[in-house]
Amino acid sequence: MAAFLSEFGSYLVSNADRLLELTVEHLQLSLAAVGFGLLVGIPGGVLMARFRRLVGPVLWVTNALQTVPALALAGFLMILFGLGRGTGIAVLFCYTLMPILRATYTGITSVDPALVEAARGMGMTRWQILRMVQLPLALSVLLVGVRVATVIAIGTATILSLIGAGGLGQEIFAGIRRVSDVRILAGAVPAALLAVLADAGISWLERRLTSPGLRVERSAAQS
Amino acid sequence: MIRFEEVTKEYPDGTRAVKNLNLEIRKGEFVCLIGPSGCGKTTTLKMVNRLVEPTRGTIYVDGQDIMKVDPVHLRRRIGYVIQQIGLFPHMTIEENIALVPRLLGWDRERCRRRVEELLPLVGLDPDQYRHRYPRELSGGQQQRVGVLRALAAEPDLILMDEPFGALDPITREALQDELKKLQAKLHKTILFVTHDMDEALKLADRIVLMKDGEVVQDGSPEDLLRHPANDFVAAFIGRERMAQAVGATPVEELMIRRPVTAGPSKGLAEAVQLMRQKRVDSVVVVDEDNRLLGVVTARQIQQHRDRARTLGEIMSGEPACVEVGAPVTEALQRMFVERLDHLPVVDRERRLVGLITRTTLVDLLSREGWPNGSPGGSGQGVSA
Ligand SMILES: Nc1ncnc2c1ncn2[C@@H]1O[C@H](COP(=O)(O)OP(=O)(O)O)[C@@H](O)[C@H]1O
Ligand SMILES: [Mg+2]
Repeated sequence: MAAFLSEFGSYLVSNADRLLELTVEHLQLSLAAVGFGLLVGIPGGVLMARFRRLVGPVLWVTNALQTVPALALAGFLMILFGLGRGTGIAVLFCYTLMPILRATYTGITSVDPALVEAARGMGMTRWQILRMVQLPLALSVLLVGVRVATVIAIGTATILSLIGAGGLGQEIFAGIRRVSDVRILAGAVPAALLAVLADAGISWLERRLTSPGLRVERSAAQS
Repeated sequence: MIRFEEVTKEYPDGTRAVKNLNLEIRKGEFVCLIGPSGCGKTTTLKMVNRLVEPTRGTIYVDGQDIMKVDPVHLRRRIGYVIQQIGLFPHMTIEENIALVPRLLGWDRERCRRRVEELLPLVGLDPDQYRHRYPRELSGGQQQRVGVLRALAAEPDLILMDEPFGALDPITREALQDELKKLQAKLHKTILFVTHDMDEALKLADRIVLMKDGEVVQDGSPEDLLRHPANDFVAAFIGRERMAQAVGATPVEELMIRRPVTAGPSKGLAEAVQLMRQKRVDSVVVVDEDNRLLGVVTARQIQQHRDRARTLGEIMSGEPACVEVGAPVTEALQRMFVERLDHLPVVDRERRLVGLITRTTLVDLLSREGWPNGSPGGSGQGVSA
């Protein structure tokens, strides 16, 4: 065990630059996917909350997307985006979409209707209600979805090195091909760390962004 | 200030919540809309700020047809308070109060000053409360802020939908008192929905009672208590309150207006004849100016018929009487304590204007139990 660890350590040290590069690549890939997920998912969730007829069909489609294996999805999307990062991001985007859509929709619809009515009665426009009331109140639920999406993206990204998307998957698959535990771990451990850190980062963000008025509510509910 | 003309609201599911409503609310009036649950109060209220739009008819606010006004602008100049309070939990008290002013583009400094000015109106110290969040306030304090939020942009018109309905009774009364004081200071036009009669009686200048989407009665609290339009109104007001109110009725509303009178020189035989003819058991003795001299009953005549010849000789010296305007309860109490069968009602100059008899008591009881006849006094000319 000790021998293995020292071997692992020296491998990390001598390949630090390359591993760091792969980690950054991995993170970029995942965050880009989450970014697009937010870009589409939040407006999508808002629209679903406004036009409830959309909810069934949209969730059905995104759920179905979720169940398609990553490589199969990549196969389809390669037709559009070719081999490489573009397809990688597109595949991950498909996986981030469902949690973000669902969380946005849930977050907005769980805002007390009396508050929305009060806002309307005070003369806020739809946009102002969304921006000043619904989204701030939906934020914590929304961030749960973002966290799930991010963790899924980071995890799934490891597979996508197979289609040339880069990232830590390259190291893992190289290790598999060469039956090298050290190399597999040299890819897997940073990927796992990324997921844990992203999770913590989002918790931190949640604490930063949530109004103290809502935080009091939660601690009051617990006590 | 607000005028409803032939307003009907039919919800998509076919519920006719408001039927052909005509109502005018004048500037500075405090009007309570009251009625049982589901009678269309909230619908009526929400049509004023277009949270609900009428199916038919026209609503004017400040003379303007509200369907021709941008609803967002309309709402910003109408205060709105709801039962659920509806403070935004993620905003501080200051941000909540200053919300409409901010929407209207007031600058930061002006908003701050306005908050500073408003909080003391409901007994909250600005320095202590402005940066707190709604969760850190009690329910009563929250709704105080809810009322301030409606006042913030200085609207002339304020809509309130059961604003104190969710509060405990003690807090509710405190807020009612504060609202009353505020109104005495600010003279807003207030349309206030409630299903609590005590609240309406306490606050309103005018009460509009609704049932099944229609106005059943529209009048001052006095009117409603004393002259309920029908059984439904009476039942809604409740026996107890009506009894209290009826007790405060002035004597002239219940008295017999043209009691049988005679001059003091009228002979006893004639007087008996008169009483028989009018089927009464007493006669009020008055002078030529109709000033009260005394009351003579049939029994007194019977007791004195050997010794006396005229009414003047047997009537009691200083007859008991009450003045116009005295409450009925006072008259009845005197009759009870002084064992009187009859109590004349006089004006300032002691001129006779009417007579209270024991039958008056019967009338009063029938009113409490409701109803028998014309509002505004019992029958005339016939005493017991
Ligand atoms: N959005 C709605 N859709 C259908 N029916 C409604 C709606 N809102 C209220 N109603 C119905 O209209 C009637 C009047 O309701 P409402 O104005 O809320 O009464 P109140 O405030 O006096 O209790 C009730 O029968 C209620 O069920
Ligand atoms: Mg209601």
